Amino acid sequence: MTEHDTRLSVSRRGFLAGATGLTLSFALPLPTGRAEAQGGMTTVNAFIAISPDGAIRIFAPAAEMGQGVQTGVPLIIAEEMDADWNDVVVETAPVDPALNNPIFGGQYTVASLTTKGYWTPARMAGAAARRVLMEAAAKEWGVDVSELSTGPSTVTGPGGRSATYGEIAAFAEPPETMPEIAPEELKPASEYRLLGNSRMRVDVAEKSDGRAKYGIDAAPLPNMVYATVVRAPAEGQSPASFNGDALKAMPGITDVVALPYGVAVVGESMPQVFDARRTLEAEWEGTPPGASIDSDADKDEYLSHLRGGREPDVVYSQQGDAKAALGNADRVVTGEYLSEYAYHAQMEPVNCTADVRADGADIWVGTQWQTMSQNKVTGITGLDPASIRVHQQYLGGGYGRRAHTEYVDDAVRLSHQLGRPVKMVLSREDDVASARMRPLTAQRIEMGLDPGGRITALRHVVACEPVAPYMYGQERWESGDKKDIISMRGSHLPHYDIPDQIAEQIFEMKGARTAAWRGIGEGYTKFALETMVDRVARDQGIDPIAYRLSMTSNPRVRAVLERVREMSDWSNLAEGRGKGVAFSEYGDSLAAAVAEVSVGEDGAIRVHNIWTVADPGLPLNPDAVEAQLEGAMLFGTSAALKEQMTVKDGAVQQSNYYDYPVLRMDETPEIAVAVIRGSDTPTEVGELGMPLPAPAIANAVRALNGAQLTHLPMTPERVKAAMQG
Amino acid sequence: MTKFTINGQAAESAAAPETPLLWVIRDDLGLTGTKYGCGVAQCGACTVHVDGRAVRSCTTAVGDVEGAEITTIEGLSNGGDHPLQRAWVAEQVPQCGYCQSGQIMQAADLLSNNPSPSRDEIRGAMAGNICRCGTYPRIVRAIERAAKEG
Repeated sequence: MTEHDTRLSVSRRGFLAGATGLTLSFALPLPTGRAEAQGGMTTVNAFIAISPDGAIRIFAPAAEMGQGVQTGVPLIIAEEMDADWNDVVVETAPVDPALNNPIFGGQYTVASLTTKGYWTPARMAGAAARRVLMEAAAKEWGVDVSELSTGPSTVTGPGGRSATYGEIAAFAEPPETMPEIAPEELKPASEYRLLGNSRMRVDVAEKSDGRAKYGIDAAPLPNMVYATVVRAPAEGQSPASFNGDALKAMPGITDVVALPYGVAVVGESMPQVFDARRTLEAEWEGTPPGASIDSDADKDEYLSHLRGGREPDVVYSQQGDAKAALGNADRVVTGEYLSEYAYHAQMEPVNCTADVRADGADIWVGTQWQTMSQNKVTGITGLDPASIRVHQQYLGGGYGRRAHTEYVDDAVRLSHQLGRPVKMVLSREDDVASARMRPLTAQRIEMGLDPGGRITALRHVVACEPVAPYMYGQERWESGDKKDIISMRGSHLPHYDIPDQIAEQIFEMKGARTAAWRGIGEGYTKFALETMVDRVARDQGIDPIAYRLSMTSNPRVRAVLERVREMSDWSNLAEGRGKGVAFSEYGDSLAAAVAEVSVGEDGAIRVHNIWTVADPGLPLNPDAVEAQLEGAMLFGTSAALKEQMTVKDGAVQQSNYYDYPVLRMDETPEIAVAVIRGSDTPTEVGELGMPLPAPAIANAVRALNGAQLTHLPMTPERVKAAMQG
Repeated sequence: MTKFTINGQAAESAAAPETPLLWVIRDDLGLTGTKYGCGVAQCGACTVHVDGRAVRSCTTAVGDVEGAEITTIEGLSNGGDHPLQRAWVAEQVPQCGYCQSGQIMQAADLLSNNPSPSRDEIRGAMAGNICRCGTYPRIVRAIERAAKEG
């Protein structure tokens, strides 16, 4: 954790009381290393409103995409406030700089950093609200605040006096200054009533009866039209010509609009728009780098670069002198790895509904980046941000796909240009064709061993397209240190005692549409590293879990490895099945998994069981943590076995779920998850499991039949080739 | 004009007969619990019941449901109290939740034909419904719970 200044500021945005009760607004200055790097102080507010009827409204600031933050962040506030959870009504917050995640300086839900980022401001907001209620009660009763205590939504005083928070809200006067809360005044973890106990998520019931509203469910507006956008095959191309007149002659089609990057088909209903889109014929102009991407040929090029054809462009991370240590090693083990482009395949195709008027705009969208969505409206229309309302909806899958906001551009441009509300929805085929992909990668790893067989040196080179320029712009990329956490994350082994390590990147500037993709770099870097560690162990005849334990003295690492060994009945092997292990950190969280597999004669891997142990620090809502680990195991298994996107002449070759298959229920292994409470601070959860399935499965296959799998996804053809090779 | 009943109410659609039922349900009738996922009967997010059987509304023409009884997630129960919906909440199944209406409608079809399915039968019956978040283990548990508790 960074060293937040956790002192509550007296500066406040307003403290309102009236017939509707108390609305508490807090300004918390939270200077962090990252915030300062982006230009000064980051201010975070949490909003709490208490009605005289006792209802406590808490505004959830982050994007709920299934990871449980609509419940988790309000739980933190309620805990410190000493609220009765039954009194809490969670509402989705608007876009407001006061609600920024201090790690990002924006309302941006990525990198599994929502709980970690809001942890301190949420506790401060809750604690300050509790103090205000106590001070109001003390004044009313003519006693000193030190004589008061709180229970669930109740302030209790001497002589058996008590009042509920709602009762206090009815008479409380706003204080002149907000109370200051020192970090040591926050509730100690030993007194938590809410945090650390499993609790129903607030969004589950409405997601079980059809009430939950996603972006695509935005209600029709008067005079609204429907639209879809066909993007040029490669980023940077634009439409040269298209059969717009023919489309406009089709039923219900009102407009066919040239955009700088594509063609929009607009009409009176979604099916009419999709029908017309299928008959669109467009010619594209421009020869950006992306127009010549050929994923098959590019893999060989990347490999040739790794084999000495190019020096790495940047050192991503290092400790000690790995290159010298490799030269002095008793022996060096080398491995090469490949991974294909991958597609998010989120169930809800990207979409946005926009109503741009002369005096303001409303957009309805499910996005991971509310702040950028608002900025985009301003950028396109010139409207004052204060006149723009972003109606955040549930996200039908995020996984990094909705950290991009180009669907906002589409809808806002069209509404601005046509002068009427527009609901823009991509067809599944266009969602695939304009996919923001996990980059194609080639990796080379050298591990130096000492005479005792311990790894003492590691060099890891990754050849791939950096993702940051695509996510955040070339300008910001050029001005930075060019360390791309998105594509390079996980490329070192911080939890094994390997003194000399270096991770480097070769930039393959192909111009692909890349993206953050759940787990980011760790989906392939840990596949390479953790299969290499396994190989080093097994080639010496050492049990892979015992070997990993011998490489670490960290008790938390040891705890997850020992627990997963026990859970999986590690040394008990069923006939025809193999077990493999993998360990990974994700930020400050730790996890390990064991996969049990069999392999058919055709090379098809069947995963029968995955046992997972996670240490996410303090699991705020343990059942929700388990759910995230279950999901990540299956998302990761799907990626490991099935998912690949191919690109030819710059164009994606796949169209829909029939040629981009993802894991289905009849292919799903049994999943068992155990969660360890490793500290009193919540750390990363959403992507914590993502690094594990690929190496655990590959290690299980090697244990079973000796095949060394080095290419993701591990399709039957690749497995069969490895079995024969 | 196509006439049918939906969630027990009489309804009619002026859409062209080949129009996918999905869009009539969502955009004309305003029942947005039924989702668009793929448009080609690959993902199951659009699953509804037509005359008691689960169908993919994205590949069902509205002209083909003349006189039919259609049920969507909104009409499966009163106030979300169908045994499957109670089990969905008890097992905390949904993550992003987008596929779950279709999953529940498919599971309801399974249980109406096979009140006590085995785990393999559940997996087979549900294999046409994709959940990208990976809630499959909890879907299985919830169907087993609903079968048991009724």
